Amino acid sequence: MKIAVAVFPGSNCERDTFNVLKHNLRIDTDLIWHKESNLNNYDAVILPGGFTYGDYLRGGVIAAFSPIMKQVKKMAEKGKPVLGICNGFQTLVEAGLLPGALMSNISLKFICKWTKLRVENNRTAFTNICMKNSILNMPVAHQQGRFFIKNENLKHLIDHNQIVLTYVNNKGETSNDINPNGSIMNIAGISNEEGNVMGLMPHPERASEPALSPLRSADGLFIFKSMLNYLKKA
Amino acid sequence: MGKKLLTGLNQYTVNIIIENKPLIRDPEGETILRDLIIKNGVTEVTKVKTAKLLKLEVNAKDKENAKKIMEDMCNDLRIFNPVVSICKITVSSDS
Repeated sequence: MKIAVAVFPGSNCERDTFNVLKHNLRIDTDLIWHKESNLNNYDAVILPGGFTYGDYLRGGVIAAFSPIMKQVKKMAEKGKPVLGICNGFQTLVEAGLLPGALMSNISLKFICKWTKLRVENNRTAFTNICMKNSILNMPVAHQQGRFFIKNENLKHLIDHNQIVLTYVNNKGETSNDINPNGSIMNIAGISNEEGNVMGLMPHPERASEPALSPLRSADGLFIFKSMLNYLKKA
Repeated sequence: MGKKLLTGLNQYTVNIIIENKPLIRDPEGETILRDLIIKNGVTEVTKVKTAKLLKLEVNAKDKENAKKIMEDMCNDLRIFNPVVSICKITVSSDS
């Protein structure tokens, strides 16, 4: 089993992601420069967070045209797990692998804080070891994380169980005041219909060791361990 | 006709304005209207929309050709996200 973590100019979370996979979970993992056009040897690919190309024009749009994205699309078509974290989520949207748009936060501020997420769908490649409706603690750190989608497409997302994670309060309820960025329906993460491509604004790689969490939790591991579980069963 | 180039093409100035669709909230525009314009007494203003402007120089056969190249580019390279934005292209001969 081998995982690729893509690296673009301006990525800045690739080493955190690499560290969790390689050292915490002891999985064979490589950092792969975005000009690489061959990912045939990899079972899954992760697009990490950061500010690719300085977020010029829009977060993720220039990275979406990098050579590596052709391979990422092929992997997605083959059913291999593809995960986009934060800027990686924006890149997956701009590449057309996930629907919708990620716009500037409604407050226009860069938001960096711990959030609580409810697992809405535990049948994806990245949530399959979670209980449905369970709560995960993970931090967000972004300025363009307001997920938006047209009403008719939102219905499609709901009907196909593509809303994977939502921002909730301490009681596990969605509410406007807990919504950090103004995302429609408090959406924090979505998947494709098949569930093998997922994007999320929160950072699981920053929540995978108790020492890094104010709650001494390591909930981000659920995302990565789900991916490994999916690959073992594949 | 734009500035004639040695290649036989003409040079045009193109403005591409990318802005939110009418029903998509624009918090930057709302803040400028509420906290700068109205708070300082310019009550005649009722709406502000912010947008991004790209200014390009384009070599093309003629104006129509320049417009077509720009339209294709905006769609193919996702210069705007069609879910939330529209883009307006104007081609002029000024350089």
